[in-house]
Parts: sequence; C-alpha cells; structure tokens
Amino acid sequence: MSPTIAVVGASLAGLSAARALRDQSYDGRIVVIGDEVHAPYDRPPLSKGFLAGTASLEDITLGAPDDAELRLEWRLGTTAVGLDHRSRSVLLHDGSEVRADGVVLATGARARRLPGGKGLDGVHVLRSLDDAIALRVDLATAERLVVIGAGFIGAEVASTARTLGLQVTVVETQPVPLAGPLGPEMGGVCAELHADHGTRLLTGTGVAGLVGTGRVEAVDLTDGTRLPADVVVVGIGATPNTEWLADSGVALGNGVLTDARGATTIPGVVAVGDCAAAWSASHGRHVRIEHWTHALEQPAAAVATLLGTGGPAPTPVPYFWSDQYGARIQFAGSRRDGDVARVVEGSCADRSFLVAYERDGHPVAVLGMNQPRLFTRWRRQLRSAVPATS
Amino acid sequence: MIPVCPTTALPPGEAIRVDADEPIAVFNVDGDFYAIDDTCTHQDASLADGWVDGCAVECPLHASCFDLRTGKVSGPPAKTPVGTHRVVVQDGTIYVQPGTAADGAA
Repeated sequence: MSPTIAVVGASLAGLSAARALRDQSYDGRIVVIGDEVHAPYDRPPLSKGFLAGTASLEDITLGAPDDAELRLEWRLGTTAVGLDHRSRSVLLHDGSEVRADGVVLATGARARRLPGGKGLDGVHVLRSLDDAIALRVDLATAERLVVIGAGFIGAEVASTARTLGLQVTVVETQPVPLAGPLGPEMGGVCAELHADHGTRLLTGTGVAGLVGTGRVEAVDLTDGTRLPADVVVVGIGATPNTEWLADSGVALGNGVLTDARGATTIPGVVAVGDCAAAWSASHGRHVRIEHWTHALEQPAAAVATLLGTGGPAPTPVPYFWSDQYGARIQFAGSRRDGDVARVVEGSCADRSFLVAYERDGHPVAVLGMNQPRLFTRWRRQLRSAVPATS
Repeated sequence: MIPVCPTTALPPGEAIRVDADEPIAVFNVDGDFYAIDDTCTHQDASLADGWVDGCAVECPLHASCFDLRTGKVSGPPAKTPVGTHRVVVQDGTIYVQPGTAADGAA
C-alpha cells in the first residue's frame, strides 16, 4: 500500500506543503484536511481588493490550472479534532480518522476577539473569506466604522472603508501604531497616513466596552469617549489554532513548537505556517511568524524534514507588505528596540522613502514606502548578509 | 525591434523596463537576457522592480514568481503566465521584439 501524508490545514501553508511534497518527489497519497468549505484562497486581499469589491473570489483562489497533477485528496469542511501519535491518525469532527505515515500541521491562526464581546451584530473580525463576505455586506449600508487596533489588518480595513465612503475612526491602545514591527518613528509616519486620508486615529486609549442591544451602536473608550458606530472591526492579532493538539503529545507553546527545520517533538509530524513556532538560533527562543511569505516558503524545509531529506536549516529574511491608502509599505529583516532608523532615500513627508534600520552600524532591516525597486535591492542585500547556519 | 540599451548598461541580476504598447521588462541572468511582460498578472506592479533569483523573478509587491524563460507562474498568488518576448543582441546593443515569443517559451 502506498504511504499517506496528511496535511491538516488547507490555506497557503498547507497548500505549499502539498506542492512541496510533489516537488520533492513524494509519490504517495496526500490528504489535505481543511475546516473551511472553500478551496484554498489568498487572504491578503480580504482586507483590500476583495473587501472593496474590486477582486472576485475567482481572483483570489490559490489553486493553479495544473494543480490536478498534484493528485490531492481534499477533505474540505472537515475539522481535525485530535491527533493520535501512536497510530499517527488525524481524528476528524465527524468521528472518522485519516491514518497517515506523516503529518503536516498547518492549521493556522484565528483572529483574536474582544474579551467579553457580547456577540452583537455589526461586530466583525477579519481572517477568513466568510468573515470578509459578512463585513462587506455590513459596510455596504453603514456610515460609521470603528476599527479597534491600528495594526496592519486594522489599517487596511480603515483604508478600504474610506474608499467606500465611510467615516472611519481607528482606536489603538499604544501611543503609536505599528511601533512593534516598525519602531515608533516609522509607526508615526503610518499614523500620518490615516490623517492624510481622513481617518480619525485615536491612540493611547483602550476599549472599555461595546454599546448596543442586538446590534452594536457605539464603542466606549477607557478615556470616557463614546464613539457611535454602525460597524466595528476588531483587529487585535491572532491566536494559533493548536487546542486540538492538547492531548496529542506534541509540545505546544505559543504555537506548535518545532526545531529550525519544522520537526515537532513527535517523529513523523512537522508543523508549518502561522500555527508553528520554530526554534530561532538568532533569537534564542521559539518564534511564531505570521507572514504570508513565511507560509509560502517555510513548508519546503519542513517537508524535507518529513521525507528525511532535510538539508541545512533555512535562514530566511522575514518579509511582509501592506497596502494602505494607495501606499505600498514593505518591510524585510528583523528590527528590535534600539535599532536606529535612518532615511536613506526620499522623505517621509512625501510618503515615498526607504529607511534602513541599523544595529552596530550594520543594516538589519529595511522599510520602504512607495519604493518597490529600491526596497528589493536592499532586501536582496539583507538576504546575502545572513549567514547560513548548520 | 525596439532598442533597449547597451549590454554594458544591464549588468547581471539587473532589469530594465522598456516602454512599448504594453511595457516589457528585460533581465540579465548571468549574461543571458530575457524579456517578459513588465506588468504582473496578479496586480498592477512592475516586474522590472522585482527580485531576480536564478531564472525567476519575484513580483516586488505580492511575491508572485514567474519563470523568465517561459513566463510561467512558479509561485502564487498569480495564476496567469506573463508573455515572453524575443531578445536579440547586436553590436553590443540589446533589442526586444514585442509579440514574438522567446525561443523555448510556450
């Protein structure tokens, strides 16, 4: 009987793992289990073109014309509820199971919700296609949107809602948005983007509660302000989907713990994408990365581990982008507090610039706004500067 | 044929955008020249601004990858290939022939 590999999770990381298995000459069965009923689709447009109505479902599907050659057995609309490591079986919500010789964990993350949320209508998170469809319907008849959290999702939703003609207020607990990934100075520039485009940004204030019966009517802030709202979007981060593995014996932390090559603590089980926290020698701890490019690229190494053909651990340069208010924001590298941000091209006032983050005089990260060509050059330099680790 | 630039003006790993009816991007991969449609088939972005890795270019915006030799998609989110164009080098100058598929391309 031919071997079976079960890929649990049917989004970018799961699909990339399945493709990588075939790329690496695995010829056995591949069963892809996904809890959503939809075939794999691209999530970044959900807060941008798809939400605005300019990109269709067909536009954002991830399937390619020659995917039939992958010979994947899809189990969509099927939630994995457990992993039995002795028989290496994935247990499914309908009571059935998939026995496998190898398992790829790719269950991703889910949007964090507001603590004590009362289940009011008009309050949304944005993570899945169904979330985006529901939000799009609600925005179509709304006038006032309040976005809780000025991270990338929040900023992109605010930007899209402005193009749809809504009045938008963004609430952020930190003094500056995006200070974590970009640092306070550059977070400040992103804050100005909101003002440029008529979005009201309130920083340094938390949410005290949501007001309404049945449907949300307003958001109360900790400083006493009450913001009337027809629709509220909560964009306060994501939680890895790992609860289903609680009794599996797989070590868990902030995600499924793996080594630098994707191996979990159970032989024959690897983890990829947003649900995985891989050991990082440079950080000295496990790091969970939620970037799109990570979900695309990292499965190849994990699959090699599963197939027993793994080479040196990859040392990727983290990369992400965000499209807000027509500005193209790109970031690569690893920034931490104390790094010095230096404008090397353009100017922040023009919303067209390149910033290098330097540590001990060496660039460790780069941020571009509306500078794709120059950004790409710097990103390439950062990559060549990263030493390979064994 | 459209003259692009002297070969010396396009070193290995570099790309240049050529204004034609539809813009074209010309790449130098270790001394071999390739020309493809400049606009990514996923969203409006210039592939000449992209990241060249071997015989592939990665879109500078959303990381779609295209094979420079065939125009085929080698990485999502793009699903539609880009067109390829024939490149001719004559007397140290690079030319492209728009609408004429590169040799070996689909």
